[in-house]
Amino acid sequence: MPAVTETREQVEKLGQSSYKWGFETDIEMDFAPKGLNEDTIRLISARKEEPEWLLDWRLAAFRAWQTMTEPTWAKVTYPPIDYQDAHYYAAPKKKPGPKSLEEVDPELLRTYEKLGIPLHEQALLVGVEVPEGEEARLPVAVDAVFDSVSVATTFRKTLSEAGVIFCPISEAVRDHPDLVRKYLGSVVPAGDNFYAALNAAVFTDGSFVFVPKGVRCPMELSTYFRINARNTGQFERTLIIVEDGASVSYLEGCTAPMRDENQLHAAVVELVAMEDAAIKYSTVQNWYPGDENGLGGIYNFVTKRGACRGARAKISWTQVETGSAITWKYPSCILQGEGSVGEFYSVAVTNNHQQADTGTKMIHIGRNTRSTIIAKTISAGQSDSTYRGLVRMMPKASGARNFTQCDSLLIGDRCGAHTVPYIENRNMSARIEHEATTSKISEDQMFYCRQRGLSEEDAVGLIVNGFCKDVLRELPMEFAVEAQKLLQISLEGSVG
Amino acid sequence: MNAIAPAGRSLAPFETRLAGLHDSQRKAAAGDLARVGLPGPRIEAWHYTNLRALSAHSFTEPDARFDEQAAHAALEALFPKGSALEKLPRLVLVNGHLAAGLSASAASLPAGVSCLSFASSPEFGTLAAPQRDPLVALNTALASDGVRLSVASGVNAGQIVLVSLALSSSGTVSFHPRHSVALGAEASLTLIEIAAGDDVSDPYFHNPVLTCSVAEKAHFEHVKLQREAGDAIHLATVYADIASHATYESFVLGLGAALARHEVHAGLSGTHAAVHVNGAQLLGDAQVGDITSVIMHGAPDCISRQTVRNVLTDRARAVFQGKVLVERVAQKTDGYQMNQALLLSPGAEIDAKPELEIYADDVRCSHGATVGALDEEQLFYLRSRGIADAHARRILVEAFLIEVTELVQNEAARDFLDGELARALVKRVTTGENLS
Repeated sequence: MPAVTETREQVEKLGQSSYKWGFETDIEMDFAPKGLNEDTIRLISARKEEPEWLLDWRLAAFRAWQTMTEPTWAKVTYPPIDYQDAHYYAAPKKKPGPKSLEEVDPELLRTYEKLGIPLHEQALLVGVEVPEGEEARLPVAVDAVFDSVSVATTFRKTLSEAGVIFCPISEAVRDHPDLVRKYLGSVVPAGDNFYAALNAAVFTDGSFVFVPKGVRCPMELSTYFRINARNTGQFERTLIIVEDGASVSYLEGCTAPMRDENQLHAAVVELVAMEDAAIKYSTVQNWYPGDENGLGGIYNFVTKRGACRGARAKISWTQVETGSAITWKYPSCILQGEGSVGEFYSVAVTNNHQQADTGTKMIHIGRNTRSTIIAKTISAGQSDSTYRGLVRMMPKASGARNFTQCDSLLIGDRCGAHTVPYIENRNMSARIEHEATTSKISEDQMFYCRQRGLSEEDAVGLIVNGFCKDVLRELPMEFAVEAQKLLQISLEGSVG
Repeated sequence: MNAIAPAGRSLAPFETRLAGLHDSQRKAAAGDLARVGLPGPRIEAWHYTNLRALSAHSFTEPDARFDEQAAHAALEALFPKGSALEKLPRLVLVNGHLAAGLSASAASLPAGVSCLSFASSPEFGTLAAPQRDPLVALNTALASDGVRLSVASGVNAGQIVLVSLALSSSGTVSFHPRHSVALGAEASLTLIEIAAGDDVSDPYFHNPVLTCSVAEKAHFEHVKLQREAGDAIHLATVYADIASHATYESFVLGLGAALARHEVHAGLSGTHAAVHVNGAQLLGDAQVGDITSVIMHGAPDCISRQTVRNVLTDRARAVFQGKVLVERVAQKTDGYQMNQALLLSPGAEIDAKPELEIYADDVRCSHGATVGALDEEQLFYLRSRGIADAHARRILVEAFLIEVTELVQNEAARDFLDGELARALVKRVTTGENLS
């Protein structure tokens, strides 16, 4: 069909110019020397003025990591990573807190500007004191991670009035050590897997959220992630604890500057939901995917896991994955509490030489637990995209339910789309339903759109958006808009 | 043995037999095997099916002699007078050796059909992949007999029954028959394969490999019943190559053995070829039954269909692994796969991995999977009409399984399977255990 050939050509034409957020900020950095050993870890720990127990925890993780091998089961290939050839700590040069935006490094502000962060928010981001009244107008609280150190956190005050703690995890270690010590590593243990162990050993920053009993977090919480310094892997560690009857919606958005060298990103996210608690965790991931020849791009090896500890707890993961050269990511739910609910909504788009192996794990332990998995995969160019998911019903999960739907859309004949579900049921009253389809944009759909006067591009855009609708509508409003933009940029040429 | 231990399970159960090989092909296979060992749980293809049971024994080669009376009795039990399969030409192996006295003579086979014994003319063929599949390497190293059937072009060979009987022998034995079926262009054949070992109390290990080559426009229907003895281990591998416009229709009904796996590798190598890989298992006690399939779409416009259903009682565990691989050239592929399971008791377990690996864009591929218990409402409906609980359950389970056996085209084979299934239902499906 000529229309499809046209689409394919346009996808092929898609070059690096389409990565709108590929820029690099040149500000002075404070580096740890290249390489990874116990001294590096001691240095990180010392720089962050950490207590002894945390250093011990890191060192134990490092020792465990040394005995582990990189997982090879995912359907991704990449040259071997030299873990000694990277800086494990980079922080923006410390200055006394700026009094106004004029005192802030202009490069930093320009970065935020390109990211589309409004000026008054920028001021908050860099820690400028802001008049009382302004806070309330902003709907989103931002904890910006500029490379490894959270530059600033906004809305602390509004949140603290509600009793919500939202701060960099390094600060939480200092100010709320009991909470951190109790929950850190309780969902993703330090030695959980190769990348999680690496993260536990060298994590430099991330976000910490604590929502106390019965509190509905008054605003959406958000972290902008940025990988910025050359050769600094980023190892974020996020910990979100929501107590009985409380709820929070957390947004994570990522953009990264364009460069040739591959960058390692091994984050860990831990969620804890107690009785009747709800956590909604949304991600728009747009790390640099590499150029059209597959050069460069981020390696995104992430461990995300949530534990529904109490009855009727609910954890919902929503992700739009458009970036990274390699994605290795399986946000999971451990459904322990009776009647707890896990959800996973995902759109993964790969183009050019991107490789994504992503999915989820739903571990049903408690009675009457429920989970829903909706995964949409779009492959274009010469990319490979895999959905890999596990649904496990443990013997005590009576009455548990799972519904899984995985749909793949192939654009062009040089890409691959794969589905690898693992279904394990050890309880006779548990029900699992799984369905998966793989197709291209059907000629009928195209014809229908075209004969109503839509251009080829608009038609593909419409169809792809419809394909992803079930997931996009799960995103918070602000994110849904950004996600649609990212989808369009990722598939530019075929989406219009 | 070598000082370097293989990564997988030890080959100790076969050590002496593997050490005494002469033929270069067999030695190569033994070498492949020695490098990797028998697959352990860390090998992805064997993640769900643990071969621990193999390590518990040392398997010797069975004696070629057997008790003829017992063999006749076993065959009569399988094919009672007047039954659909009684009159069909039959090839019988006893403990892995082709028993000429129990088998149809070459003259009595339909014209255009030739049958050689593997023992008299060993030929491994090129379809099997002993380098990749350790159990096929084991078979290649130790195969002593089997049948080599070929059907000339254009010949309709009708139905042939291939029986592999296990009879009591001295100690724990293993046999590794190697079968091949070759259909010429436009030929057709229905092969009804039966693995039975009802009265054997010692554990034994049956490790058959069947290679099938189906030429242009040929039609091969392969129906298998696995009814090994309760302590047996049955690990079978089938390779099929399907040429343009040809079809390979396979069905396996798994009822027996302590540990069983039926693994099919079907390659669609010509355009407009079709493959059906269907199956059902009804398991109880602590049985483990595995149906694994890999369907490779290597040419455009091919069709693959797969329906697998498992019913599990007691502490039985079933495994279904179904991979559909669509190569870049295989545009216009139409692939569909469905696997469903019924769990009838709290200790039962199902593990399924339906997998799609797709490199062509103009394809329609889908799979579905459902797992659950018997529908309480359906049960209530039957009970409210005065049907006893166990009977009602049997009706529902039978209905569930007969939907798959219906896919068997050959009527005689289908009736035979339904009869076997009905007997197994009486044994396996009794009053249900309460959920709460």
